[in-house]
Amino acid sequence: MIPDDPVSDAWRAHWARLLSLLVAQFRRFDLAEDSLQAAFVAAARSWPVSGVPTNPAGWLLTAARRRAIDRLRAEAIAERTAQRVIVDPETNRTASAVDPSEMLTDEAIADDRLALMFTCCHPALAPTDAAALTLRFVAGLHVREIARLFLVTQPTMAARLTRAKRKIVDKGIPFAVPAPERLDERLEVVLTVIYLIFTEGYSATAGPSALRLDLADEAVRLGHSLDTMLPGDPAVKSLLALMLLQHARRDTRVDANGLPVLLPDQDRSRWHHDEIAQAIELLDSPSAAGDGATRPASRLRLEALIAAAHATAPSADETDWPAIARYYEQLETVTGSPVVRLNRAVAVAQANGHEAALELLEGLDEPLARHHRLHAVRAELLARGGRRVEALQAFGRALELVGNDAERRLLLARRASVEAGGGV
Amino acid sequence: MRFAILLYQDEAVWEHASEAEQEQYYAQHEAFAKAVRERGHECTGEALTSVVDATTVRRSASDLAITEGPFAETAEQLGGLYLIDAPDLDEVIELVRLLPEYTIEIRRIAELD
Repeated sequence: MIPDDPVSDAWRAHWARLLSLLVAQFRRFDLAEDSLQAAFVAAARSWPVSGVPTNPAGWLLTAARRRAIDRLRAEAIAERTAQRVIVDPETNRTASAVDPSEMLTDEAIADDRLALMFTCCHPALAPTDAAALTLRFVAGLHVREIARLFLVTQPTMAARLTRAKRKIVDKGIPFAVPAPERLDERLEVVLTVIYLIFTEGYSATAGPSALRLDLADEAVRLGHSLDTMLPGDPAVKSLLALMLLQHARRDTRVDANGLPVLLPDQDRSRWHHDEIAQAIELLDSPSAAGDGATRPASRLRLEALIAAAHATAPSADETDWPAIARYYEQLETVTGSPVVRLNRAVAVAQANGHEAALELLEGLDEPLARHHRLHAVRAELLARGGRRVEALQAFGRALELVGNDAERRLLLARRASVEAGGGV
Repeated sequence: MRFAILLYQDEAVWEHASEAEQEQYYAQHEAFAKAVRERGHECTGEALTSVVDATTVRRSASDLAITEGPFAETAEQLGGLYLIDAPDLDEVIELVRLLPEYTIEIRRIAELD
């Protein structure tokens, strides 16, 4: 579709809320999805001829409902045996009573859209299924687009979605916003799914990089819409900021030959500074830093603060390493993760020198036994301290464990440079 | 809709439980059954005897093979089950928080027409 076409605009603005209303009313994902899709097809035919209606969402809701009811009549017998999504009677009644001639306001629909999000990202579903469901139902992507983004064929993705929709019904997952006392833990699952969509966009799997950026774009968009649905939630704000900060560097992450460019070597003038500013604003907002934040909220916030420190440094040399080392220290307390400790050591090396960093590596050999990066970092730190023999040994160990060709070449080059007595 | 709640645990945990700990288990089961009924749902449940006393019967064509013990050796064994009514999975997940520390498998009962 053409970006500025009113049908596409309506799709972006209204797909999820209309789908939520239709699921709440008809209690069937397939029926809601097909009817809404057909309503948009009808709009694409009718609007260019008779003009865009003053209330596009209402027009679409009426068209979709009419189609759903027609289909229910046509399949009267199938309908009786159809498996329904569980919707509580109040939600069902409210959704059925929505008058399309009134403007559908954000506030009225926010709850239903949230319910849709929580249903698609239920912890009883596999994260990959949840990601596909979220892209189809919340983001409103076509099955063929989702298939393209996940690098599978359309029939494969269609089958996966059909299975996932069945699972919602068969497992007894309700179309509902969780109880307030469970909201935080269920939100964590939603955020994990959105971040999975985002990182899938950046994962090193095959496929043209433009496709993967589309996927990351969708994740950022989902983050924005969740932020409007749950205004003031610190975990949502932090996740959105984290994604914006990473995504802002999208044009500088690979060189002309498709090879990864490391952070210090990236051209900072080509970062998207408007998006970085937006992320900083999210992190600075009073609700983002709430005391007594949940563990996942604290983790996301610290990760975003680290990304922000990198993104706002005018040059690699001017990076605020003491701040980053401090965030990593807090992050280590929150997560207890050995990988975080390794990253902390790298920051400490920049802030306080290699001796302090080497001390932090002690005790990591067991938990990170198979990680080449531990040995690569140790090698660099030893080389920096002039301990060449030990450094070369550590490079050797890293080379035994490294699995990725690009990184192997990098390590070989570094070892050769240290062996020659320079390059520190 | 109806759900089966299958409770798995290493049997040694129960065998080595002190009297006080066993009392605690019973109290938690009672609290669970009470909570289900307070929400107006049916609740039936049973504890099973030890898995070492299981009898496995395999039928194929006209053959009937009978062996001692469970059909599969697992680290945790099915020790009991509940059948309850509940409006949806989220309510079942909420209710099983009242049970002792088991690995719990929730399965919807198939509604056959």
